[in-house]
Amino acid sequence: MIRYIRWCAYFCALLLVALLVNVGRVQVWEAAGYGANPANKRPAIERYAEPRGEITVDGRPVTGSRDSRQLLRYERTYKNGPLYAPVTGFASQTYGTSFLERAEDPVLSGTDPGLSAFPLWYELSRGRPGGGNAATTIRASMQLAAYTGLAGKRGAVAAVEPATGKILALVSSPSYDPAVLSGTGPKVKEAWEKLNADPAKPMLNRALRETYPPGSTFKIVTAAAALDAGVVTDVDAPTETPDPYPLPGTSTLLPNAGTGCADASMADAVQWSCNTVMAKIGVQVGLRGMTDAARRFGFNDGGLRVPAWVSRSNFDTDMSPDQLALSSIGQFNTKATPLQMAMVAAAVANGGELKAPYLVDRTTQDDGDPVRRADQRSLGRAMTPLTAMRMQELMVKVVESGTGRNAAIPGAVVGGKTGTAQHGVGNAGTPYAWFISWAGPRGGRPPAVAVAVVVEDASAVRGDISGNLAAAPIARAVMEAALSAR
Amino acid sequence: MTALTAKVTEPAPPPPPDARAPKRRGVELSLLFGAVLIAVLGHLYVGLATTGHIPGPAAHYAAGLAVAALVAHLAVRLFAPYADPLLLPIAVLLNGLGLVLIQRLDATTPANVTAGEQLRWSALGMVLFVLVVALLRDHRVLQKYAYLSVAVALVLMMVPVFFPAVNGAHIWIRFAGLSFQPGEFAKILLAVFFASYLAANRTALALTGRTLFWKLRLLPGRVLGPILAIWLLSVGVLVLERDLGTSLLFFGLFVIMLFTATGRIGWIAIGLLLAAVGAYAVGTFEPHVNSRVDDWLNPFASIERGDGPGQLAQSLFAFGAGGLLGAGLGHGQSFLIGFAAKSDFILATAGEELGLVGLTAILLLYGLLVARGFRAGLALRDPFGRLLATGLASIVALQVFVIAGGVTGLIPLTGMAMPFLAQGGSSVVTNWIIVALLVRLSDSARRPGPAEEAEA
Repeated sequence: MIRYIRWCAYFCALLLVALLVNVGRVQVWEAAGYGANPANKRPAIERYAEPRGEITVDGRPVTGSRDSRQLLRYERTYKNGPLYAPVTGFASQTYGTSFLERAEDPVLSGTDPGLSAFPLWYELSRGRPGGGNAATTIRASMQLAAYTGLAGKRGAVAAVEPATGKILALVSSPSYDPAVLSGTGPKVKEAWEKLNADPAKPMLNRALRETYPPGSTFKIVTAAAALDAGVVTDVDAPTETPDPYPLPGTSTLLPNAGTGCADASMADAVQWSCNTVMAKIGVQVGLRGMTDAARRFGFNDGGLRVPAWVSRSNFDTDMSPDQLALSSIGQFNTKATPLQMAMVAAAVANGGELKAPYLVDRTTQDDGDPVRRADQRSLGRAMTPLTAMRMQELMVKVVESGTGRNAAIPGAVVGGKTGTAQHGVGNAGTPYAWFISWAGPRGGRPPAVAVAVVVEDASAVRGDISGNLAAAPIARAVMEAALSAR
Repeated sequence: MTALTAKVTEPAPPPPPDARAPKRRGVELSLLFGAVLIAVLGHLYVGLATTGHIPGPAAHYAAGLAVAALVAHLAVRLFAPYADPLLLPIAVLLNGLGLVLIQRLDATTPANVTAGEQLRWSALGMVLFVLVVALLRDHRVLQKYAYLSVAVALVLMMVPVFFPAVNGAHIWIRFAGLSFQPGEFAKILLAVFFASYLAANRTALALTGRTLFWKLRLLPGRVLGPILAIWLLSVGVLVLERDLGTSLLFFGLFVIMLFTATGRIGWIAIGLLLAAVGAYAVGTFEPHVNSRVDDWLNPFASIERGDGPGQLAQSLFAFGAGGLLGAGLGHGQSFLIGFAAKSDFILATAGEELGLVGLTAILLLYGLLVARGFRAGLALRDPFGRLLATGLASIVALQVFVIAGGVTGLIPLTGMAMPFLAQGGSSVVTNWIIVALLVRLSDSARRPGPAEEAEA
């Protein structure tokens, strides 16, 4: 019997070994796979166990955290959510993150290895450093000026600092409060469905993700291309353009909105926004020259990150001369985001050099120690410095005595360009009102701000839609806020 | 199927004439001190981790545990002075760890706090331990009650059928607000019955049926009856009460003890064959069992179906989250397992919060307990004692294997309580009695002097 008891004992030892081996398999070998399983709630619980780091504007947080006392403990809150929604995006326990909340998520949620001097220590202790903060380049006064200027009308504003590329204001209207998406449960689901079904598209970030025909504001690109290419050497020389201008190779006649454009110089054409002259100049520059110029200004680039991705602004690269003529005045297939048009104004204001726009100035640990600073990047030259100087003169004229007088600011140098873009089938849609501009103090110092405003308000009367009436006052308010803040 | 060869037990070796056999009670006392210390520290740690401050009645808790351990120790010192010094400390340590884990899980279910109840059951278990050690002065007394105990065991197992099912299993009886699993006690009674029955009949069993198993009809009914009865019983329990774990345990216990008594591989093969037939039939026709097997084969099927993770998947997630070192007591999320987190799946909490290191330590403690049981069996000189020690050690081993293997996905999951760790009064009390019997058996085994031979 002794022998059989021993055998039974060996059998039990075998069972123990099997258990130990299997436990080792589950806890070490399979652990990573189990942790990555989407049905495993642990990563989410851990993620929301600590308050999320803050996004700051002018050094003050525009976000917060609320203890929900649920499984996923801390929910995101927003101070003045609708105003900053295009900047922050949402941070939802149900729908993930967007915009800055997504781009800076590793820092904000505390997973970024740069947050701790000893990442290995956190690995061992299973802890997490507190969420870090992201300081934006936005200026609250400008953001507010843009938001109140749009006053709920559909449209967008983007403002950048020409010399650095800092994005100073980023507004999309109508907006929404990202806080309604923060938590979990049926209320959040309902809010999400409601926002997505809303015909006004409040969750669409029009400043970064919507492309509009830029209309006459694109004439700045065309004029700069003409100067750079040497097609126009004297901006005040007459261009011998008929009014209306027959599109090359077709019998279609291109009219002007105003009068006095026949045989006008390029200076006058910019000042009074002559379609005929600028379309002809675009054709003279040629397809190659126009596409190169558009690319230098940032068109046809799908890779721009601010750090959220920006929709690609389009200028067709394969066109017949009549299509090129239309494209050169911002019609046909030419499309631009408001940020892209702000970059066009900024390139002129910055002496021809285009700076990459960016939104996050620096990220810090929760105790203020720096994690990363933004580095200013140049996207290259959009035009020569000489061309930029001439373009500045042309744009100043537009505001002083041309189509953009509503943007004038006493005591400041302001340059701008109006635009009224037609869209829809057979141009049946209400035209978009555009205004792009830049402003600086008098006395030869460099411009401090470049702005693009688009208003797509379908409720306005068709005749009232013009860049000067609908968009220029908003641009002026934003530029005034920028200049008074300095 | 191997040929069955007759085998009569070899004569027991004479005990070494050692007048001053070591009692080792001092070792037991210092080990007990360590066990109580670990449990108290765990209690404090969980309190700090879950509430941020030291739990209020911590001093009472520590004192209570220490006093209980001391009383048990004194009972062993007085009534079983030669007992194995490891048995009691291991039981105290496992019971203490179980209380710590339940206290930790209570923090996640404020509406259902059970640590207090478990503490009372543990105290009752230790009282019964003292009583058994004090009153049962010779294990051979139990032989007289073989048929009584099997009758009581059958009654205990049949009673719950008349009570409502809980979570699909008829294994509880309820009265006066307490729920109670009589099947737990039946284990001990059955082990006693098997031990005495086999001790009396092992020669007959060993010498009959030389050829293939259809000749078994030649066996006298007196010998064959109980075997068939047990097989039917295990399947019957399973069908009536949907208690997969218990029937597996009974069957395993029976096969192991039969083998120990006779050494006949053939019998074991027959037993396993019968078990396989029974299990296959039940697994095919019983949806409750069938789903368990499916779950084991593919624990993540429910996730792929979009129904979210099932209990086994949640359990595996918990083990995986523990990794090598564990999240630390109070820092895991094993409550995600749901309603059985404190009972069947208590090991998942241990795995997640103490890690592979802690879990291995716990499993090795069980291994040590089982090994000490077998050791007592090897050193005893009467067949009944040997069989009883082997049976009791096997009960612990099988319980641990069935439930630990189930929650870690090694075998299909069957409902069973982890000895000493899991929440469940009947289980804790039963296991304390098992330890008390092992203490008694090991005392007899290690007691010096010529022991009377009680050969049947």
